[in-house]
Amino acid sequence: MVITRYRPIHALLYLVVSFLAVAMIFLSLGAPFVAVLEIIIYAGAIIVLFIFVVMMLNLGKDTALQEKEWLQPKVWLVPSLLSLVLLVEMVVLLLKGSEFSMQVPVVDPRKVSLSLYGQYIIAVELAGFLLMAGIVGAAHIGKHTKRNLHRFLQEGEPEK
Amino acid sequence: MSSFNANTVLIVAAVLFVLGLVGVLTRKNVVFMLISVEVMLNAAGLAFVAAGSKWQQPDGQVMFLFILAMAAAEVSVGLALVLQIHHQHKTMDVEDLKELKD
Repeated sequence: MVITRYRPIHALLYLVVSFLAVAMIFLSLGAPFVAVLEIIIYAGAIIVLFIFVVMMLNLGKDTALQEKEWLQPKVWLVPSLLSLVLLVEMVVLLLKGSEFSMQVPVVDPRKVSLSLYGQYIIAVELAGFLLMAGIVGAAHIGKHTKRNLHRFLQEGEPEK
Repeated sequence: MSSFNANTVLIVAAVLFVLGLVGVLTRKNVVFMLISVEVMLNAAGLAFVAAGSKWQQPDGQVMFLFILAMAAAEVSVGLALVLQIHHQHKTMDVEDLKELKD
């Protein structure tokens, strides 16, 4: 339902539902720490970022009309049919596998953190570098608010 | 507590990934494409956690943490780019953004 909405806010609401469903799957897989992180970071922080940008862009009726006239039913009918087939397959597998259900042992956060800061310490530092580059890049890209034209284009248009 | 087997969860992850891929390929608005990329990254993390839960290893959850950090950085840079494109071109359509071609 995320990818068939015309308005951005509706798509974001369905995205929240999708994140919550994935968090429930994590919980039933025996990973409660990751489930809580999924809800806090994805459904909290990233959705708030998207909502702020949608609010600042003020995407309204014309965007909805543009997407609506592009997304005719013959365009998305075949992918949604394929997805429906996969969904039916998943439901059948789920109903069949329910009698083989067993108690899932939980991978506790202690093992995760010991592995994270033990053998993956280089990857943790690389993730820190990545986040730092993301912060600097976002700040640098978002800083210039004045119109930056190419020098060939600047002759024809009046200066702002 | 009822549970799935890992194959079911991997099928769910594949469905999510295909949905995100369809979203990236069909939408023309940059914001919707970013949302679809989020769905795809979520599916990849789901596959990692399912595999880590199948073999009872914490590596899958560690990889999910890295995917989460990468998704946060990608979303921040992508949304800054979206704001900049909106300021400069007054459009969100990827067909209209042809300045990157040459």
